[in-house]
Amino acid sequence: MYRQSEILDRSGHDGYMVINVGPQHPATHGVLHFVITLNGETIIKLEPHIGYIHRSIEKMCESLNYRQFVYTTSRMDYLSSHINNHACCLAVEKGLELEIPPRAQIIRILMDELTRLASHQLWWGSMAMDIGALTPFFHAFREREMITDIFEDTCGTRLTMNYMVPGGVMADLHPDFQQKVKVFLKQFQEKLPEYDELVTGNIIFQNRTKGVGILSKEDAISYGVSGPTARASGVSCDVRKLYPYGVYDKLDFKEITDTGCDTWARYIVRMEEMRQSIHIIEQLIDNIPDGDFQAKTKAVLKLPKGEYYSRVETARGELGVYIVSEGGTTPYRIKFRSPGFSNLSAMETMVKGGKIGDFVAVMGSVDLVIPDIDR
Amino acid sequence: MFVTQYIKDVFGAIKSLGIGMRRTLWYFVRPKEIITQQYPDNKDTLVLAERFRGEVVMPHDENNEHACTGCTACELACPNGSIKIVTKFDITPEGKRKKAIDQFVYRLDMCTMCNMCVVACPSDAIIMANDFEHSVYDRTRLTKILNKPGSKVRDGIE
Repeated sequence: MYRQSEILDRSGHDGYMVINVGPQHPATHGVLHFVITLNGETIIKLEPHIGYIHRSIEKMCESLNYRQFVYTTSRMDYLSSHINNHACCLAVEKGLELEIPPRAQIIRILMDELTRLASHQLWWGSMAMDIGALTPFFHAFREREMITDIFEDTCGTRLTMNYMVPGGVMADLHPDFQQKVKVFLKQFQEKLPEYDELVTGNIIFQNRTKGVGILSKEDAISYGVSGPTARASGVSCDVRKLYPYGVYDKLDFKEITDTGCDTWARYIVRMEEMRQSIHIIEQLIDNIPDGDFQAKTKAVLKLPKGEYYSRVETARGELGVYIVSEGGTTPYRIKFRSPGFSNLSAMETMVKGGKIGDFVAVMGSVDLVIPDIDR
Repeated sequence: MFVTQYIKDVFGAIKSLGIGMRRTLWYFVRPKEIITQQYPDNKDTLVLAERFRGEVVMPHDENNEHACTGCTACELACPNGSIKIVTKFDITPEGKRKKAIDQFVYRLDMCTMCNMCVVACPSDAIIMANDFEHSVYDRTRLTKILNKPGSKVRDGIE
């Protein structure tokens, strides 16, 4: 896996300097290693070395049954764990041909959109921090804390939920859920202009992001980039619009695209997506139907022999779950198509020819979650 | 042209920084808006969500009786093998052999708080407790035996 680094080959021969960016510490959650070849300040080559946090989740899933394997996916893209669990449940339900109660479907979409908001808030804070502003991080976490409190009430955990199970959700909503979400929405909408005051309107921030890290539409398609990163390059790729799952086809929301192709466009797309998520939650929060939160399932789930694929839109892009079943209680093979891996592969195109100082800004805008890349 | 743009940028930057700093100062003079919790100091008043998944516990009533029949549904549901149930056979007053748990071994160090065992339990014998301060000095203390010594299964639970 680990190729011989080019530190030894290059330095001293042609005047290029090779530097290592990361990993800072083996126990950090995002352990990514970039080997960057520099000509002066200009990046001429960028080589990501991955695998530091590889836990072989796909192989592990082969020994777990169809109820158990869902929990491992919370550990892939830990910022959108609800959405990962949703993807797995959709694939299993496709195999079982289960009908999901309407209440469970609405709860799932609500949780998905709250997760997307929480993820984008953390991205906003960390991107501002990458660029050099520390205060926004605390502002972002103040609102994110309200969402994690809502999750804690209903799901019992704050980060790795395992709340969605094949057939519905694990428990019914907490009685305070609707009221707490409304309080959060009200406060978040009041605070969003503050986000703009602090970061969006800042000329220094704009100058550091505009025209930096260009990813053309053709490159985005050929690298398989998805999510807000691709939509900022003008690629229409929102799974919620193109291949609707759950009740997304009945909802009114816009797919945000931008043709700027640069770091600033990716920033704007994510900020607008937050507003769209708020809009989706507002439509659903008063319309949660009564009924069961879980469909009746057998004690032991057995998928018929065949191949099942489901795709969802996580906060970072398209997540695909591919299950091959031999008819037993455990899957024969599971493959996750994670958005982070494809988005990382386009990094070199984005930063090549740019300055080393812009590299961190570009990395912040792509919103990489490393356990999602390594799995 | 370039120079005017440069000067414009510099003054624009100062202005936008001022807007940002005004917001920061607004919070500086309003300490009530700060929501940081002083965690170890507020231990007595700390309220956790009732569903918070801290660790698996087995509630016992005043007669030192629990509801676990030793059916191993939780052991089968656990994805990472952190539950092991050792069963024994009790002799009932009528002289019949009845299956009961000897030890409910729970390994907190392997548990991921996924709640699958609690959902799987048919007699609601185990629940998730709110305790979240798990750090100990010795790793072996994280392997717990959940049923109390001398406890037995409550009457009427099959």
